[in-house]
Amino acid sequence: MAEHKSPGDVLVVGGGNAGLCAAITARRAGARVLLLESATKDLRGGNSRHTRNVRAMHKAATAYLTGPYGEEEFWDDLMQVTGGETNEHLARMTIRASEELGEWMPANGVRWQGSLRGTLHLGRTNLFMLGGGKAMVNAYYNAAAKLGVEVAYESEVRELKMGDGEFLSALAICNGAEREFNAKAIVVASGGFEANIPWLKEYWGEAAENFIIRGTKHNQGQMLKELLRHDAKPVGNPRGCHAVALDARAPKFDGGIVTRLDSVPFGIVVNKEVKRFYDEGEDFWPKRYAIWGGLIAQQPDQIAYSVFDAKALPLFMPSVFPPVKAGSIVELAANLGLSPPALVAVVDEFNRAVRPGSFDPGSLDSCRTEGLHPPKSHWAKAIDMPPYYGYPLRPGITFTYLGVTVDEQARVIMQGDRPSKNIFAAGEVMAGNILGKGYLGGFGLTIGSVFGRIAGREAARYATS
Amino acid sequence: MLPPELLKEGERQMTICNACRYCEGYCAVFPALELRRNFTKADLTYLANLCFDCRDCYYACQYAPPHEFAVNVPKLMAQLRTETYREFSWPAIFSGLFRRNALAVSLVTFSALAIILLLVWLVKGSGVLFGIHLGEGAFYRVVPFLAMTIPASIMALYGLTMLLGGALRFWRETQGHLSEVISISALWRATKDAFSLTYLKGGGAGCNYPDAAFAESRRWFHHLVFYGFLLDFASTSIAAFYDHFLGWQAPYPYLSWPVVLGTVGGIGLLIGTSGLLVLKWRSDRAPAEAQMLSMDVAFLVLLLLTSLTGLLLLVLRETAAMGILLVIHLAMVAGLFLTIPYGKFAHVAYRYAALVRYAIEQRRAQPGVS
Repeated sequence: MAEHKSPGDVLVVGGGNAGLCAAITARRAGARVLLLESATKDLRGGNSRHTRNVRAMHKAATAYLTGPYGEEEFWDDLMQVTGGETNEHLARMTIRASEELGEWMPANGVRWQGSLRGTLHLGRTNLFMLGGGKAMVNAYYNAAAKLGVEVAYESEVRELKMGDGEFLSALAICNGAEREFNAKAIVVASGGFEANIPWLKEYWGEAAENFIIRGTKHNQGQMLKELLRHDAKPVGNPRGCHAVALDARAPKFDGGIVTRLDSVPFGIVVNKEVKRFYDEGEDFWPKRYAIWGGLIAQQPDQIAYSVFDAKALPLFMPSVFPPVKAGSIVELAANLGLSPPALVAVVDEFNRAVRPGSFDPGSLDSCRTEGLHPPKSHWAKAIDMPPYYGYPLRPGITFTYLGVTVDEQARVIMQGDRPSKNIFAAGEVMAGNILGKGYLGGFGLTIGSVFGRIAGREAARYATS
Repeated sequence: MLPPELLKEGERQMTICNACRYCEGYCAVFPALELRRNFTKADLTYLANLCFDCRDCYYACQYAPPHEFAVNVPKLMAQLRTETYREFSWPAIFSGLFRRNALAVSLVTFSALAIILLLVWLVKGSGVLFGIHLGEGAFYRVVPFLAMTIPASIMALYGLTMLLGGALRFWRETQGHLSEVISISALWRATKDAFSLTYLKGGGAGCNYPDAAFAESRRWFHHLVFYGFLLDFASTSIAAFYDHFLGWQAPYPYLSWPVVLGTVGGIGLLIGTSGLLVLKWRSDRAPAEAQMLSMDVAFLVLLLLTSLTGLLLLVLRETAAMGILLVIHLAMVAGLFLTIPYGKFAHVAYRYAALVRYAIEQRRAQPGVS
């Protein structure tokens, strides 16, 4: 039967950014902390290992940020992407607290670097971690170890024992053995359920089989399921997920950043029936890439093809797999497994509809189509310079929105709007409180860091008082 | 010839890095690869020699093993470097010396020792080796001045010429024009980067060496080796000057320039090489390449023994041990000179050439963003 460990003060479930921020903060506050990470040491850190920057409010330019980014502008950006699906009180609190991250993160071993080439649009608003998210995660594990946080890898919590909205103990599988952990307080920071295909199928049907999961396979949503089973109050659209267009050849899990494709605005996109289905040049790619996952998910067999010519190839960041290349559209169609006459017809129709304009990838330019449905509103240039290229595209799921409701102390709110006194949540599992829809680059890490710190502080306060 | 499968693997990993770019702040390799879309043999050769093996990118890599992409840039680069050292060495018949470098360097050094010992024995007799020799010209009573300086000069000249030839071939191979080298600003930047070991600083973080923890020790030990070597070189040059132009013969007094510089340099080398050997001994083997490690160890041990015998020679120069110590020291120096183009010493030339190319390339790319 399950082996008992001496009860600690704070149990942290999940060893990504939010869990680590909570563990470090709770330990600094004097609590005895045990952190359970379901991955192996090599693959620890959840989806945080794939991140690269954090959005943080700041009053002035710094060595790493090109200008100020104040609360109101931050709030406006959030309103724009969420369309108001946010809790203003929690959101503004998060924005204000993000100001401390510029110092808190380096104090715990994280280093900054200037914004990466090709990400200049984030150079003013977001701090880039030197070496990216895995380097940050490594720094935090190092800081946690020095502080005396106990960490157990390959330890997945399967079940929470609760009574009257209060956490009692957690049943986990640790290196294959069942164990029960008691603690005075628990911080749930175990991410969303985007890697749980059967769960995704409840909302998306069989289409979910064709989704690629950009992050860790460990985000099974087991803790989310347990909290909801114990009557935590849900937040966020269960069907909602952040989905982008990925190279269809990407690995099923953990492909991270390198499988994304930025070619869409510089060519056309067709589905397997060789029909265009959306305006590829509607807006700047950073503002539109997150709708393409959903668009492709609605196509037959959840697959689409980005088609462009030699002119477009140098215009976007290279991705990890080379594009399919051909000397003619007919050959390209054959290589992509599409009907050659149909692709020739679509490209011809598109080329005829392109109106002359002055091409500028840096602005919403005047190159557009006329009389085409759907139209291409910007960056429309005839596809006529061989060699021709194509990428197969699939929906790539970054994260899910469904979570548990929390208050400003990161306490999980139960049905009837009662806060649990010893259950705290941080990171993706509660991000839906603030980011109910859409996405703002680097904001997931902001929410995880801010709420991780709050959860750690409050859990320690409860456990040691 | 660089093996085709290594080139293919290099192209595969560099393509992943180019799509990710998270490590851009660590060193020169990433900004350099971002200027490229394809990774030919020339590109890989250049990038490999731009890598200082600080390993920061390995531990920061979200695609490092056991991830299925299995990105391991330091190991890949070390493999490519051993191949490029081999490829550019001349004459080609000696390029095999890189394959089992530790063995080759030991054999060359022991052969030198045997030859010098035999010659002294035959020409001077065994009594000279174990006698006490004092005063001006004491060393030359064991090994005559010309017998010491002429072979040493020839060996050093040979080694340096062969290495320079290799560096020139490397420059041509990486699509450089000779006229480009005459860029003062590029040479200045490359020299600054080489002398301060900029790319062992990891963008301010230090190296992940010998393990995943960030540390500065490798850079400081390397500085001790490099500057120790330069001081010893200066010491030897001043001694040669004293001898040729002023007619003062060694051994020199303890407070003379050759002895002071040589001693400080020798101690630097002793500490630096020992430190680096300890770090290598403790280093994580996952991002390492066995052939490169063997080359590193051979070179470090030889440098260590050279400085150790040099210092012992200084301390014991008025005892009966001087003769045999002098012979051993000269054999170590001979081994060092002879293997300049066929061992780890070669990294000096190729890394510097890569740094110059980097300085030129980055200046050109400056106004635009890739």
